[in-house]
Amino acid sequence: MDLLLDAVIIGVLLGCFYAAVSIGLSVSFGLLDVPHVAHPAFLVLASYGVFFLNDSYDIDPLLAGVLITPLLFVFGLAAYRIYYETFERRGTDAAVRGIAFFFGIAFIIEVLIILHFGVDQRSVTASYIGKAWRLGDMRIPFRLVVAFAVATGLTLLLSVYLSRTFMGRAIRAVAQDEEAVRLMGANPVWIKQWAFGIATAVLGVAGALLIIVAPVEPTLDRAYIGRTFCVVVMAGLGSMTGTLIAAIILGVAESIVLTMFGASWAPAISFALLLGVLAVRPQGLLGRRS
Amino acid sequence: MKRGGAAFWIGAAAFLALVFLSTQIVSNEYPFFAGYVILQFIVLSVAWSILGGYAGYVNFGTSAFFGIGVYTAVFLVKVAGAPLGVQILVAAGVGALLGFALGLLTLRMQGIFFSIATIALTIIIETTVTNWRFVGGAAGIQLQRPPVTAPFHSYVQMLFFVQALLVVLAIAVSRYIQNSWIGHGLQALRDDELAAECTGVPTLRLKLLACVISGALMCAAGAPAAMYLQYADPSSAFNLNYSVTVLAMSLIGGTAYWAGPVVGAIVLGTTQQLLTVTISSEVNVLVLGVMLVVFVVGAPEGIIGLIRKVRNGGEGKG
Repeated sequence: MDLLLDAVIIGVLLGCFYAAVSIGLSVSFGLLDVPHVAHPAFLVLASYGVFFLNDSYDIDPLLAGVLITPLLFVFGLAAYRIYYETFERRGTDAAVRGIAFFFGIAFIIEVLIILHFGVDQRSVTASYIGKAWRLGDMRIPFRLVVAFAVATGLTLLLSVYLSRTFMGRAIRAVAQDEEAVRLMGANPVWIKQWAFGIATAVLGVAGALLIIVAPVEPTLDRAYIGRTFCVVVMAGLGSMTGTLIAAIILGVAESIVLTMFGASWAPAISFALLLGVLAVRPQGLLGRRS
Repeated sequence: MKRGGAAFWIGAAAFLALVFLSTQIVSNEYPFFAGYVILQFIVLSVAWSILGGYAGYVNFGTSAFFGIGVYTAVFLVKVAGAPLGVQILVAAGVGALLGFALGLLTLRMQGIFFSIATIALTIIIETTVTNWRFVGGAAGIQLQRPPVTAPFHSYVQMLFFVQALLVVLAIAVSRYIQNSWIGHGLQALRDDELAAECTGVPTLRLKLLACVISGALMCAAGAPAAMYLQYADPSSAFNLNYSVTVLAMSLIGGTAYWAGPVVGAIVLGTTQQLLTVTISSEVNVLVLGVMLVVFVVGAPEGIIGLIRKVRNGGEGKG
């Protein structure tokens, strides 16, 4: 029983971390319909950026994550521009060719990381990594608590941005009805580009969390394709509250399976959940559309 | 069509004769070792295109089918010491079943959701095999090749010939489908699934059929790989690289015509073999990514599409 309780608590913490790494995809895939399978590759790339700053200049990983955010924002703007010019504007088959395109990008990023950093696992150093809190017999790694706090903050921040600010509302308007936005005299492409930039910029801090929680390796993005898409699809495309709830469900499920059956079954959890959701309720828990 | 049919079968027979002759004359094993991989990718790409090209359903489950093929062979060898022919036949049967299951499960999913579901299926199957001790689990399993049967001198040469047979089989099936009502139905549902359904095309049954055929061929192509490598482990048998490589080959060649995936597999497969030998396997993956992006962006119709455009001299746009 205690074991189960431990698993649930760790799972909730882990889940909030999953929310942070998925929230960008929730914008790019959930709201903008971009089949962004390279999202986890961007995430891992951001982690290596954080690793580089931490390793060479001894900058705190979270601060490093914030520092690379503007860079990622610009990167996101450029990526969407290329995607738009080559696929969305031409119309046909945008989704199908888009997946192929982003898989290509993901592979290129993987190899570039391998060529530059090697295939070894990399981790960062900071004062809060390696310590743990003790609650009775329970041991909660401090790195998970940090990830939990920052992730929750990040998710709330983005959800406030999308619902309270002018630009955030514009992004949701584009997601709802692009044509109507065009008729209002706004440029939907520019708004979507901005949104994609935001979705990529968030990966700065998310990437920092990724490397804080566990060491990263160049092909780590493959495991996160399942996790991030599972969260976003389960959440219902584009719902920020849904993202947090779905991520916690995934975190708890993974943590329980890990405790009960062992680590070797863990990779299948997110994909099994994803497949279940797709087969039974494709619109997600808090779906945007039917 | 009939004359083209005769030419095709003469070409196929000539190809097989050439392959057979080369296994008798050339004694160096390396060309067969490298060539086997290219032939294997031709089968996979052609099989992939039946669902991915004609019907437009982008399947990322190639590695699932390939891996299941490998592990069916491993299982049969371990349990009964089954010969190669039996391994391939049973693998094809299992592949057909798996394709049927995939089809049923994803019947109502379209576009990217179908693709994501196929990735999900791959990882779930991989995880299951990883946890299956009998076939070696995560550590993998070593296999012993049986003695080679006459008239071949080495096992690799025999595998090369067997894979060449599979190539001819896969192309014949794909070519038949393209020219029959099945292919026309699949193309109709790719262009507009709703409209196809309304005009009486049995879209669900056609999709299932495409899944079954494609799956059977992919598994059959995977089965000999167990004996080729004499070793199998889940993370390489189910590697996502197979899925993306096969997708890239089909897109590079062009998916609308049966020859497209063949051309794509030869071009990319040969490039990769050369790069693996001369530089490294990482650069191999880099080239895969770059070529995928370049072709998807620059030549959506693939090499076959480019050739046709040049031939038509800019006429008949669309």
